[in-house]
Amino acid sequence: MTQLDFSFLTWEVLSSFVAKGLWFSIQLTFSAMIGGIVLGTILALMRLSGKWWLERPAAIYVDTLRSIPLVMVILWFFLLIPYIAGPLGAEKTALITFTLFEATYYSEIMRAGIQSVPKGQVFAGYALGMNYKQTMGLVVLPQAFRNMLPVLLTQTIVLFQDTSLVYAIGAYDLLKGFEVAGKNFNRPMETYLVAAVVYFVICFSLSMLVRRLQKKIAIIR
Amino acid sequence: MASWDWQLYCTDMVTEEVAPKCFGAPGYETYLDAMIHGWGWTMFVSVLGLLVALVAGSLIGILRTVPNRKLAMFGEAWTELFRNIPLIVQLFIWYHVIPRLFPILDLPPSVLVVIAIGLFTSARISEQVKAGILTLPKGQRYAGQALGLTLPQTYRHVLLPMAFRIVIPPLTSESMNIVKNSAVAFAVSIPDLAQFALQASEQSSFVQIFLPVTLLYFISAYAINRLAKVIEWYVRVPGILGAK
Repeated sequence: MTQLDFSFLTWEVLSSFVAKGLWFSIQLTFSAMIGGIVLGTILALMRLSGKWWLERPAAIYVDTLRSIPLVMVILWFFLLIPYIAGPLGAEKTALITFTLFEATYYSEIMRAGIQSVPKGQVFAGYALGMNYKQTMGLVVLPQAFRNMLPVLLTQTIVLFQDTSLVYAIGAYDLLKGFEVAGKNFNRPMETYLVAAVVYFVICFSLSMLVRRLQKKIAIIR
Repeated sequence: MASWDWQLYCTDMVTEEVAPKCFGAPGYETYLDAMIHGWGWTMFVSVLGLLVALVAGSLIGILRTVPNRKLAMFGEAWTELFRNIPLIVQLFIWYHVIPRLFPILDLPPSVLVVIAIGLFTSARISEQVKAGILTLPKGQRYAGQALGLTLPQTYRHVLLPMAFRIVIPPLTSESMNIVKNSAVAFAVSIPDLAQFALQASEQSSFVQIFLPVTLLYFISAYAINRLAKVIEWYVRVPGILGAK
Protein backbone atom coordinates (compact mmCIF):
# COMPACT_ATOMS: atom_id res chain seq x y z
CA MET A 1 0.00 0.00 0.00
CA THR A 2 1.33 3.38 -1.02
CA GLN A 3 1.50 6.18 1.50
CA LEU A 4 -0.24 9.44 0.68
CA ASP A 5 1.64 12.66 1.32
CA PHE A 6 -0.15 15.95 0.86
CA SER A 7 2.60 18.15 2.33
CA PHE A 8 3.78 19.44 -1.07
CA LEU A 9 0.41 21.12 -1.69
CA THR A 10 1.27 24.50 -0.21
CA TRP A 11 -0.56 27.73 -1.00
CA GLU A 12 2.26 28.62 -3.32
CA VAL A 13 1.84 25.45 -5.35
CA LEU A 14 -1.93 25.85 -5.40
CA SER A 15 -1.81 29.46 -6.50
CA SER A 16 0.76 28.88 -9.21
CA PHE A 17 -0.79 25.73 -10.72
CA VAL A 18 -4.39 25.42 -9.66
CA ALA A 19 -5.71 28.97 -9.34
CA LYS A 20 -5.36 29.64 -13.07
CA GLY A 21 -7.32 26.48 -13.86
CA LEU A 22 -10.02 27.21 -11.30
CA TRP A 23 -10.44 30.71 -12.70
CA PHE A 24 -10.81 29.32 -16.23
CA SER A 25 -13.38 26.73 -15.09
CA ILE A 26 -15.41 29.46 -13.36
CA GLN A 27 -15.18 31.79 -16.36
CA LEU A 28 -16.17 29.00 -18.70
CA THR A 29 -19.13 28.05 -16.49
CA PHE A 30 -20.44 31.60 -16.19
CA SER A 31 -20.06 32.59 -19.82
CA ALA A 32 -21.56 29.32 -21.02
CA MET A 33 -24.41 29.73 -18.53
CA ILE A 34 -25.28 33.25 -19.67
CA GLY A 35 -24.78 32.51 -23.36
CA GLY A 36 -26.55 29.18 -23.01
CA ILE A 37 -29.59 30.64 -21.27
CA VAL A 38 -29.94 33.44 -23.86
CA LEU A 39 -29.55 31.07 -26.82
CA GLY A 40 -31.62 28.41 -25.06
CA THR A 41 -34.48 30.85 -24.52
CA ILE A 42 -34.40 31.78 -28.21
CA LEU A 43 -34.45 28.10 -29.16
CA ALA A 44 -37.35 27.48 -26.77
CA LEU A 45 -39.31 30.39 -28.26
CA MET A 46 -38.61 29.03 -31.74
CA ARG A 47 -39.90 25.59 -30.75
CA LEU A 48 -43.07 27.09 -29.28
CA SER A 49 -43.63 29.59 -32.09
CA GLY A 50 -46.08 27.41 -34.01
CA LYS A 51 -44.25 28.11 -37.28
CA TRP A 52 -42.71 25.01 -38.77
CA TRP A 53 -39.77 26.82 -40.33
CA LEU A 54 -38.74 27.98 -36.86
CA GLU A 55 -39.77 24.84 -34.99
CA ARG A 56 -38.03 22.24 -37.15
CA PRO A 57 -34.51 23.74 -37.21
CA ALA A 58 -34.60 24.39 -33.46
CA ALA A 59 -35.84 20.87 -32.74
CA ILE A 60 -33.22 19.29 -34.98
CA TYR A 61 -30.45 21.39 -33.39
CA VAL A 62 -31.52 20.52 -29.84
CA ASP A 63 -32.20 16.82 -30.43
CA THR A 64 -29.00 16.25 -32.39
CA LEU A 65 -26.65 17.86 -29.88
CA ARG A 66 -28.40 16.16 -26.98
CA SER A 67 -27.93 12.70 -28.42
CA ILE A 68 -24.17 12.99 -28.98
CA PRO A 69 -21.64 12.54 -26.16
CA LEU A 70 -20.27 15.87 -24.97
CA VAL A 71 -16.74 14.59 -25.50
CA MET A 72 -17.51 14.07 -29.19
CA VAL A 73 -19.13 17.51 -29.44
CA ILE A 74 -16.02 19.11 -27.91
CA LEU A 75 -13.76 17.26 -30.35
CA TRP A 76 -15.97 18.13 -33.33
CA PHE A 77 -15.85 21.83 -32.50
CA PHE A 78 -12.16 21.74 -31.71
CA LEU A 79 -11.42 20.38 -35.18
CA LEU A 80 -14.13 22.28 -37.08
CA ILE A 81 -13.72 25.78 -35.67
CA PRO A 82 -10.25 26.33 -37.16
CA TYR A 83 -11.78 25.82 -40.63
CA ILE A 84 -14.49 28.39 -39.94
CA ALA A 85 -12.89 31.00 -37.73
CA GLY A 86 -9.19 30.26 -37.88
CA PRO A 87 -7.14 28.99 -34.95
CA LEU A 88 -8.66 30.11 -31.67
CA GLY A 89 -6.91 27.91 -29.11
CA ALA A 90 -8.41 25.35 -26.78
CA GLU A 91 -9.80 27.86 -24.27
CA LYS A 92 -11.87 29.92 -26.71
CA THR A 93 -13.01 26.79 -28.52
CA ALA A 94 -14.23 25.41 -25.19
CA LEU A 95 -16.17 28.61 -24.57
CA ILE A 96 -17.97 28.45 -27.92
CA THR A 97 -18.61 24.71 -27.61
CA PHE A 98 -20.08 24.87 -24.13
CA THR A 99 -22.30 27.84 -24.96
CA LEU A 100 -23.71 26.12 -28.04
CA PHE A 101 -24.01 22.73 -26.32
CA GLU A 102 -25.49 23.82 -23.00
CA ALA A 103 -28.01 25.99 -24.83
CA THR A 104 -29.78 22.77 -25.84
CA TYR A 105 -30.21 21.76 -22.20
CA TYR A 106 -31.24 25.25 -21.09
CA SER A 107 -33.70 25.42 -23.98
CA GLU A 108 -35.51 22.30 -22.75
CA ILE A 109 -35.73 23.84 -19.29
CA MET A 110 -36.99 27.17 -20.64
CA ARG A 111 -39.51 25.37 -22.82
CA ALA A 112 -40.92 23.62 -19.76
CA GLY A 113 -40.85 26.95 -17.93
CA ILE A 114 -42.77 28.79 -20.64
CA GLN A 115 -45.32 26.00 -20.77
CA SER A 116 -45.71 26.19 -16.99
CA VAL A 117 -47.10 29.72 -17.30
CA PRO A 118 -50.91 29.48 -17.54
CA LYS A 119 -52.37 30.26 -20.98
CA GLY A 120 -54.60 32.90 -19.40
CA GLN A 121 -51.51 35.04 -18.80
CA VAL A 122 -50.81 35.17 -22.53
CA PHE A 123 -54.45 35.99 -23.32
CA ALA A 124 -54.41 38.66 -20.62
CA GLY A 125 -51.35 40.21 -22.22
CA TYR A 126 -53.00 40.29 -25.65
CA ALA A 127 -56.23 41.59 -24.13
CA LEU A 128 -54.26 44.52 -22.72
CA GLY A 129 -53.17 45.33 -26.25
CA MET A 130 -49.61 44.03 -25.94
CA ASN A 131 -47.97 42.46 -28.97
CA TYR A 132 -46.12 39.10 -28.99
CA LYS A 133 -42.81 40.64 -28.01
CA GLN A 134 -44.27 42.54 -25.09
CA THR A 135 -46.36 39.61 -23.86
CA MET A 136 -43.35 37.30 -23.93
CA GLY A 137 -40.85 39.78 -22.54
CA LEU A 138 -42.99 41.37 -19.86
CA VAL A 139 -45.45 38.66 -18.85
CA VAL A 140 -44.43 35.11 -19.78
CA LEU A 141 -40.62 35.00 -19.69
CA PRO A 142 -40.17 36.65 -16.26
CA GLN A 143 -42.50 34.08 -14.74
CA ALA A 144 -41.02 31.18 -16.69
CA PHE A 145 -37.55 32.23 -15.64
CA ARG A 146 -38.57 32.51 -12.04
CA ASN A 147 -40.35 29.14 -11.95
CA MET A 148 -37.35 27.45 -13.52
CA LEU A 149 -34.61 29.25 -11.58
CA PRO A 150 -33.73 26.25 -9.37
CA VAL A 151 -33.60 23.92 -12.40
CA LEU A 152 -31.50 26.39 -14.38
CA LEU A 153 -29.05 26.62 -11.49
CA THR A 154 -28.93 22.84 -11.07
CA GLN A 155 -28.10 22.59 -14.75
CA THR A 156 -25.33 25.13 -14.15
CA ILE A 157 -23.83 22.83 -11.50
CA VAL A 158 -23.90 20.03 -14.07
CA LEU A 159 -22.27 22.43 -16.51
CA PHE A 160 -19.50 23.17 -14.01
CA GLN A 161 -18.84 19.44 -13.71
CA ASP A 162 -18.94 19.05 -17.48
CA THR A 163 -16.26 21.70 -17.94
CA SER A 164 -13.77 19.07 -16.70
CA LEU A 165 -14.23 17.38 -20.08
CA VAL A 166 -12.13 20.05 -21.77
CA TYR A 167 -9.44 17.55 -20.79
CA ALA A 168 -10.11 16.09 -24.23
CA ILE A 169 -8.66 19.16 -25.97
CA GLY A 170 -6.07 20.00 -23.35
CA ALA A 171 -7.51 23.30 -22.14
CA TYR A 172 -6.12 24.43 -18.79
CA ASP A 173 -9.03 24.03 -16.36
CA LEU A 174 -9.28 23.11 -12.68
CA LEU A 175 -8.64 19.41 -13.29
CA LYS A 176 -5.70 20.15 -15.58
CA GLY A 177 -4.25 22.48 -12.97
CA PHE A 178 -4.24 19.71 -10.39
CA GLU A 179 -2.88 17.25 -12.92
CA VAL A 180 0.03 19.50 -13.86
CA ALA A 181 0.84 20.08 -10.18
CA GLY A 182 0.70 16.33 -9.58
CA LYS A 183 3.04 15.60 -12.48
CA ASN A 184 5.53 18.27 -11.39
CA PHE A 185 5.83 16.84 -7.89
CA ASN A 186 5.35 13.24 -9.02
CA ARG A 187 2.33 12.94 -6.71
CA PRO A 188 -0.58 12.29 -9.14
CA MET A 189 -2.66 10.29 -6.65
CA GLU A 190 -2.78 13.08 -4.09
CA THR A 191 -3.70 15.75 -6.62
CA TYR A 192 -6.53 13.66 -8.12
CA LEU A 193 -7.92 13.15 -4.62
CA VAL A 194 -7.70 16.84 -3.78
CA ALA A 195 -9.26 17.71 -7.15
CA ALA A 196 -12.19 15.42 -6.29
CA VAL A 197 -12.57 17.11 -2.89
CA VAL A 198 -12.50 20.59 -4.43
CA TYR A 199 -15.10 19.69 -7.06
CA PHE A 200 -17.21 18.04 -4.38
CA VAL A 201 -17.09 21.02 -2.01
CA ILE A 202 -17.99 23.49 -4.77
CA CYS A 203 -20.81 21.42 -6.28
CA PHE A 204 -22.21 20.26 -2.95
CA SER A 205 -22.39 23.73 -1.44
CA LEU A 206 -23.94 25.12 -4.62
CA SER A 207 -26.58 22.42 -4.65
CA MET A 208 -27.36 23.16 -0.98
CA LEU A 209 -27.86 26.81 -1.93
CA VAL A 210 -30.16 25.83 -4.80
CA ARG A 211 -32.18 23.68 -2.41
CA ARG A 212 -32.66 26.63 -0.05
CA LEU A 213 -33.65 28.86 -2.94
CA GLN A 214 -36.15 26.26 -4.08
CA LYS A 215 -37.84 26.32 -0.68
CA LYS A 216 -37.97 30.10 -0.70
CA ILE A 217 -39.54 30.24 -4.15
CA ALA A 218 -41.98 27.49 -3.27
CA ILE A 219 -43.38 29.53 -0.37
CA ILE A 220 -43.92 32.69 -2.40
CA ARG A 221 -45.69 30.85 -5.21
CA MET B 1 -10.78 19.39 -45.46
CA ALA B 2 -9.46 16.58 -47.56
CA SER B 3 -11.66 14.85 -50.08
CA TRP B 4 -13.82 11.92 -49.07
CA ASP B 5 -12.04 8.65 -49.31
CA TRP B 6 -14.15 5.81 -48.01
CA GLN B 7 -11.60 3.26 -49.05
CA LEU B 8 -9.78 4.42 -45.96
CA TYR B 9 -11.96 2.11 -43.92
CA CYS B 10 -10.54 -0.86 -45.79
CA THR B 11 -6.89 0.07 -45.28
CA ASP B 12 -4.68 -1.15 -42.49
CA MET B 13 -4.14 1.38 -39.73
CA VAL B 14 -0.39 0.79 -39.51
CA THR B 15 0.82 -0.28 -42.95
CA GLU B 16 -1.71 1.82 -44.93
CA GLU B 17 -2.20 -1.20 -47.19
CA VAL B 18 -5.62 -1.95 -48.61
CA ALA B 19 -6.89 -5.19 -47.08
CA PRO B 20 -8.58 -7.85 -49.24
CA LYS B 21 -11.66 -7.61 -47.01
CA CYS B 22 -12.73 -4.42 -45.23
CA PHE B 23 -13.78 -6.24 -42.10
CA GLY B 24 -12.08 -9.17 -40.44
CA ALA B 25 -9.33 -9.80 -42.99
CA PRO B 26 -6.74 -12.00 -41.25
CA GLY B 27 -3.42 -10.28 -40.67
CA TYR B 28 -4.84 -6.79 -41.16
CA GLU B 29 -6.33 -4.27 -38.77
CA THR B 30 -8.35 -1.98 -40.95
CA TYR B 31 -10.00 1.25 -39.81
CA LEU B 32 -13.33 -0.55 -39.99
CA ASP B 33 -12.02 -3.32 -37.73
CA ALA B 34 -10.80 -0.76 -35.23
CA MET B 35 -14.06 1.16 -35.31
CA ILE B 36 -16.23 -1.91 -34.75
CA HIS B 37 -13.85 -2.98 -32.02
CA GLY B 38 -14.17 0.44 -30.39
CA TRP B 39 -17.93 0.26 -30.68
CA GLY B 40 -17.81 -3.10 -28.91
CA TRP B 41 -15.90 -1.49 -26.04
CA THR B 42 -18.38 1.35 -25.84
CA MET B 43 -21.28 -1.06 -25.63
CA PHE B 44 -19.42 -3.30 -23.17
CA VAL B 45 -18.73 -0.42 -20.81
CA SER B 46 -22.25 1.02 -21.23
CA VAL B 47 -24.21 -2.18 -20.72
CA LEU B 48 -22.16 -3.48 -17.80
CA GLY B 49 -22.03 0.01 -16.30
CA LEU B 50 -25.79 0.22 -16.59
CA LEU B 51 -26.13 -3.12 -14.78
CA VAL B 52 -23.90 -1.93 -11.93
CA ALA B 53 -25.80 1.36 -11.84
CA LEU B 54 -29.21 -0.33 -11.75
CA VAL B 55 -28.28 -2.69 -8.94
CA ALA B 56 -26.40 -0.14 -6.81
CA GLY B 57 -28.80 2.69 -7.63
CA SER B 58 -31.90 0.67 -6.70
CA LEU B 59 -30.35 -0.48 -3.43
CA ILE B 60 -29.26 3.02 -2.46
CA GLY B 61 -32.59 4.49 -3.58
CA ILE B 62 -34.45 2.02 -1.35
CA LEU B 63 -32.09 2.69 1.56
CA ARG B 64 -32.88 6.39 1.34
CA THR B 65 -36.55 5.70 2.06
CA VAL B 66 -36.26 3.24 4.97
CA PRO B 67 -37.23 4.34 8.51
CA ASN B 68 -33.75 3.52 9.88
CA ARG B 69 -32.01 6.92 10.04
CA LYS B 70 -28.47 5.56 9.78
CA LEU B 71 -29.19 3.56 6.64
CA ALA B 72 -31.05 6.50 5.09
CA MET B 73 -28.13 8.82 5.88
CA PHE B 74 -25.71 6.37 4.29
CA GLY B 75 -27.84 6.42 1.15
CA GLU B 76 -27.94 10.21 1.10
CA ALA B 77 -24.18 10.46 1.59
CA TRP B 78 -23.56 7.96 -1.23
CA THR B 79 -25.73 9.92 -3.61
CA GLU B 80 -24.14 13.28 -2.78
CA LEU B 81 -20.66 11.83 -3.06
CA PHE B 82 -21.10 10.30 -6.50
CA ARG B 83 -23.24 13.11 -7.86
CA ASN B 84 -21.03 16.05 -6.98
CA ILE B 85 -17.73 14.92 -8.49
CA PRO B 86 -17.29 15.06 -12.28
CA LEU B 87 -17.25 11.66 -13.95
CA ILE B 88 -13.79 12.13 -15.41
CA VAL B 89 -12.35 12.89 -11.95
CA GLN B 90 -14.06 9.81 -10.52
CA LEU B 91 -12.65 7.80 -13.40
CA PHE B 92 -9.11 9.01 -12.66
CA ILE B 93 -9.55 8.11 -9.00
CA TRP B 94 -10.71 4.60 -9.82
CA TYR B 95 -7.96 4.18 -12.37
CA HIS B 96 -4.96 5.95 -10.85
CA VAL B 97 -5.57 6.08 -7.10
CA ILE B 98 -7.69 3.20 -5.81
CA PRO B 99 -5.64 0.27 -7.19
CA ARG B 100 -2.50 1.66 -5.55
CA LEU B 101 -4.15 2.43 -2.22
CA PHE B 102 -6.00 -0.87 -2.04
CA PRO B 103 -4.04 -3.63 -3.81
CA ILE B 104 -7.14 -5.86 -3.62
CA LEU B 105 -8.81 -3.54 -6.11
CA ASP B 106 -5.96 -3.78 -8.60
CA LEU B 107 -8.40 -4.88 -11.30
CA PRO B 108 -8.12 -4.69 -15.09
CA PRO B 109 -8.77 -1.15 -16.42
CA SER B 110 -11.99 -2.20 -18.15
CA VAL B 111 -13.47 -3.39 -14.84
CA LEU B 112 -12.42 -0.18 -13.09
CA VAL B 113 -14.08 1.89 -15.81
CA VAL B 114 -17.29 -0.13 -15.52
CA ILE B 115 -17.28 0.42 -11.75
CA ALA B 116 -16.59 4.15 -12.14
CA ILE B 117 -19.35 4.75 -14.69
CA GLY B 118 -21.72 2.40 -12.87
CA LEU B 119 -21.35 4.07 -9.47
CA PHE B 120 -21.51 7.57 -10.98
CA THR B 121 -24.81 6.67 -12.63
CA SER B 122 -26.05 4.86 -9.52
CA ALA B 123 -26.36 8.23 -7.77
CA ARG B 124 -28.73 9.47 -10.46
CA ILE B 125 -30.72 6.21 -10.48
CA SER B 126 -31.04 6.21 -6.69
CA GLU B 127 -32.55 9.68 -7.01
CA GLN B 128 -35.20 8.36 -9.43
CA VAL B 129 -35.91 5.25 -7.35
CA LYS B 130 -36.29 7.31 -4.18
CA ALA B 131 -38.65 9.70 -5.95
CA GLY B 132 -40.61 6.74 -7.31
CA ILE B 133 -41.08 5.23 -3.85
CA LEU B 134 -41.99 8.59 -2.31
CA THR B 135 -44.70 9.33 -4.89
CA LEU B 136 -46.62 6.28 -3.68
CA PRO B 137 -49.31 7.21 -1.13
CA LYS B 138 -48.14 6.62 2.44
CA GLY B 139 -51.19 4.44 2.95
CA GLN B 140 -49.62 1.73 0.79
CA ARG B 141 -46.75 1.34 3.21
CA TYR B 142 -49.09 1.37 6.22
CA ALA B 143 -51.44 -1.09 4.55
CA GLY B 144 -48.56 -3.48 4.00
CA GLN B 145 -47.53 -3.27 7.61
CA ALA B 146 -51.13 -3.52 8.84
CA LEU B 147 -51.37 -6.80 6.96
CA GLY B 148 -48.50 -8.07 9.10
CA LEU B 149 -45.83 -7.87 6.41
CA THR B 150 -42.30 -7.18 7.59
CA LEU B 151 -40.51 -4.14 6.21
CA PRO B 152 -38.63 -6.12 3.52
CA GLN B 153 -41.88 -7.84 2.56
CA THR B 154 -43.68 -4.50 2.32
CA TYR B 155 -41.00 -3.29 -0.05
CA ARG B 156 -40.89 -6.50 -2.04
CA HIS B 157 -44.63 -7.03 -2.51
CA VAL B 158 -46.23 -3.60 -2.10
CA LEU B 159 -43.93 -0.64 -2.76
CA LEU B 160 -41.31 -1.75 -5.26
CA PRO B 161 -43.59 -3.33 -7.89
CA MET B 162 -45.30 0.05 -8.26
CA ALA B 163 -42.25 2.25 -7.75
CA PHE B 164 -40.15 0.50 -10.39
CA ARG B 165 -42.81 0.91 -13.02
CA ILE B 166 -43.07 4.58 -12.19
CA VAL B 167 -39.34 5.17 -12.52
CA ILE B 168 -38.85 3.39 -15.83
CA PRO B 169 -39.35 6.48 -18.03
CA PRO B 170 -36.62 8.49 -16.25
CA LEU B 171 -34.44 5.37 -16.24
CA THR B 172 -34.78 5.24 -20.01
CA SER B 173 -33.07 8.59 -20.35
CA GLU B 174 -30.42 7.49 -17.84
CA SER B 175 -29.68 4.46 -20.00
CA MET B 176 -29.10 6.80 -22.96
CA ASN B 177 -26.91 9.01 -20.83
CA ILE B 178 -24.68 6.11 -19.90
CA VAL B 179 -23.85 5.43 -23.56
CA LYS B 180 -22.94 9.08 -23.96
CA ASN B 181 -21.03 9.22 -20.68
CA SER B 182 -19.04 6.12 -21.58
CA ALA B 183 -17.16 8.27 -24.09
CA VAL B 184 -15.22 9.66 -21.13
CA ALA B 185 -13.44 6.29 -20.91
CA PHE B 186 -11.05 7.45 -23.63
CA ALA B 187 -9.27 9.46 -20.91
CA VAL B 188 -7.92 6.26 -19.33
CA SER B 189 -7.02 4.69 -22.68
CA ILE B 190 -9.88 2.25 -23.02
CA PRO B 191 -9.95 1.63 -26.79
CA ASP B 192 -13.59 2.72 -27.15
CA LEU B 193 -15.21 4.67 -29.98
CA ALA B 194 -14.04 8.07 -28.74
CA GLN B 195 -10.48 6.79 -28.42
CA PHE B 196 -10.70 5.38 -31.96
CA ALA B 197 -11.94 8.74 -33.23
CA LEU B 198 -9.03 10.52 -31.56
CA GLN B 199 -6.38 8.15 -32.86
CA ALA B 200 -7.69 7.60 -36.36
CA SER B 201 -8.31 11.28 -37.01
CA GLU B 202 -4.65 11.99 -36.38
CA GLN B 203 -3.80 10.04 -39.49
CA SER B 204 -6.55 11.17 -41.84
CA SER B 205 -9.25 13.75 -42.42
CA PHE B 206 -11.23 13.91 -39.21
CA VAL B 207 -14.68 14.40 -40.73
CA GLN B 208 -14.82 10.97 -42.32
CA ILE B 209 -13.76 9.42 -39.01
CA PHE B 210 -15.96 11.56 -36.78
CA LEU B 211 -19.11 11.30 -38.86
CA PRO B 212 -19.47 7.47 -38.63
CA VAL B 213 -18.38 7.49 -34.97
CA THR B 214 -20.94 10.12 -34.03
CA LEU B 215 -23.58 8.21 -35.97
CA LEU B 216 -22.69 5.01 -34.10
CA TYR B 217 -23.10 6.77 -30.76
CA PHE B 218 -26.40 8.16 -31.97
CA ILE B 219 -27.66 4.75 -33.07
CA SER B 220 -26.48 3.01 -29.89
CA ALA B 221 -28.14 5.53 -27.61
CA TYR B 222 -31.29 5.38 -29.71
CA ALA B 223 -31.34 1.57 -29.72
CA ILE B 224 -31.07 1.47 -25.92
CA ASN B 225 -33.82 4.06 -25.73
CA ARG B 226 -36.12 1.93 -27.92
CA LEU B 227 -35.33 -1.15 -25.87
CA ALA B 228 -36.22 0.66 -22.66
CA LYS B 229 -39.43 1.92 -24.27
CA VAL B 230 -40.42 -1.66 -25.09
CA ILE B 231 -39.76 -2.70 -21.49
CA GLU B 232 -41.74 0.29 -20.30
CA TRP B 233 -44.71 -0.77 -22.40
CA TYR B 234 -44.40 -4.35 -21.24
CA VAL B 235 -44.45 -3.63 -17.50
CA ARG B 236 -46.88 -0.72 -17.52
CA VAL B 237 -49.55 -0.61 -14.80
CA PRO B 238 -53.01 -0.34 -16.34
CA GLY B 239 -54.75 2.84 -15.32
CA ILE B 240 -51.76 5.06 -14.56
CA LEU B 241 -49.11 7.04 -16.41
CA GLY B 242 -50.70 7.11 -19.82
CA ALA B 243 -51.11 3.33 -19.98
CA LYS B 244 -54.23 2.36 -21.83
